[in-house]
Formats: sequence, C-alpha cells, structure tokens
Amino acid sequence: MSLWEYANPKKFMGWTGPVLPWAFGAAGICLVGGLFWGFFLTPDDYRQGSTVKIIYLHVPAALMAINAWMMMLVASLIWLIRRHHVSALAAKAAAPVGITMTMIALMTGAIWGQPMWGTYWAWDPRLTSFLILFLFYLGYMALWAAIDDPDTAADLTSVLCMVGSVFALLSRYAVNFWNQGLHQGASLSLDKEENVSDVFFFPLLVCIAGFVLLFVALVLLRTRTEIRARRVRALQIREVRK
Amino acid sequence: MIPDLGKYGVEVASAYAVSILLLVAIVGLSWRQSIAQRRALEAAEARKNG
Repeated sequence: MSLWEYANPKKFMGWTGPVLPWAFGAAGICLVGGLFWGFFLTPDDYRQGSTVKIIYLHVPAALMAINAWMMMLVASLIWLIRRHHVSALAAKAAAPVGITMTMIALMTGAIWGQPMWGTYWAWDPRLTSFLILFLFYLGYMALWAAIDDPDTAADLTSVLCMVGSVFALLSRYAVNFWNQGLHQGASLSLDKEENVSDVFFFPLLVCIAGFVLLFVALVLLRTRTEIRARRVRALQIREVRK
Repeated sequence: MIPDLGKYGVEVASAYAVSILLLVAIVGLSWRQSIAQRRALEAAEARKNG
C-alpha cells in the first residue's frame, strides 16, 4: 500500500483513533517524568542558580515552535503540489499548537532573562525573530479564519507558511548569523563538542521527547477534528441544496 | 520535597506555572473542540440518514 493512502481521510481516521491514547500517554509520561526529574532531582547551576530549571520548558518549547512551523511548511507544500486535503488540514491543526509553544518559549525566556540579563526583553536577533514567528502564527491562523472557501484558504495560508519559514529558520540560526545580542548559542547541537552538562542534558532530552510526543498527539487529534468539521460542512451544504 | 530555589524561586515557579497553564489550555481546548465536532457530525449524519 502506498504511503499516501494512510492520509486518505477515512484511513487517517481509522489508524489515528487507536494511536491517539498511546501518543497522549507517552507524552504525559515523558513530560511528567522529565519535568519531575529536572525540577526536583537536578542541582542548581553554578552561574545561573535555580533558574537553570527553566531550561526544561524553554528549550523544548522553542524547539517545537520552530519545528511545528517546519512541519506546517512540509504539509503546505504537499497541499500545493498534490492537493492532498488532509495535509492542508494537518497544517491548519498544527498552528494553534505551534503558537502555544512559541508563547511558552517567549514567556519563559522573558522570565529567565530578567534575573540573568537584567531585562525581560531585548531586541536581540533571536528574540526578535521569535517574536516575528509568533506574529506569523497569528497571521496564519487569522487567514484560515478569514476565508470561507477551504481550498482558497489552504492555498493562501500555504504561501504565507513558505514566507514565514524564513523567520522560523532565522529564529534557529539568528545567533550564528549575527553573532551578537544577549541570547547564547544552541544548548544542544550535534556539531558541537560540548553541550549542557549531562546532569541537565538527560532530563532535558526526556522533556524534549515529551514536547515532541505532545505535539504529535495534539496535531493528530486536531486533524481528526478538522476532518470531521469538513464532513459536517459538506453535509450541511447538501442539506441546504435539497 | 520542594527543592530550595533560593532567590530565584518566584521566577522558576512562575515559568512553570505559565507553561503548565498554556499546555493544559491547548490540550483542553483541543479536546473540547474534538468532542463538539464529533457530536456535530453524529447529528448531521443522523439527519442525513433520516
């Protein structure tokens, strides 16, 4: 069977139903376990004190804020190229989850910034590109809500998503591009010899897994909701025409 | 049981409170919308089937 057949609305509803409880369960276990480990069982950092515990929320949320937009970009491109309805609905479904992750990253970053930098906000390249990404999320959701025809809305939001991808990438690499501002470089990176200390690294990995799984579970749930909403709309149109 | 957060207790606690609130809100909202659409679809299909 082709991979695309799993994205057929009926098949999608069929396979996601049993997967959802497992996805939410795994997300809950990783999130609760990771946050408990990080909050209760790790020491303070010698420079940042107890504020280092914010890393378990800030880093996974920031990571997912960017990757959610990237997932929306892939889904939007699939829609534009293959006119696959479920992909357009999945992109729409991911936006509220992505904006939530962006808000968590911005707010925990501001709270963390005050004791460490002496300010809640600075027009630093990474912070500014994250704020623009937040505004793109808002615009994307508003555009979906503003257009009645779902195919036109999917077309226009897909184009907006491509434009916004520049800022999603920029928010990831802003520190490297401009090499200035208050924000440090990546806490975790595959091409760096040294990441955060192991005592913080492992609970952080569990928290990242929790955020990824929660994102997947929420996008599946919300895509199912969008598919149902589309079906309701089709039935209502049929009723009116009778 | 609660770790000593020292002079940054308010900052750490508020970061956790805000994040947990937002996570609970998006899960709750998604769940509520899912239930509402499932009921709407059931009602529409019942009307269609007479």
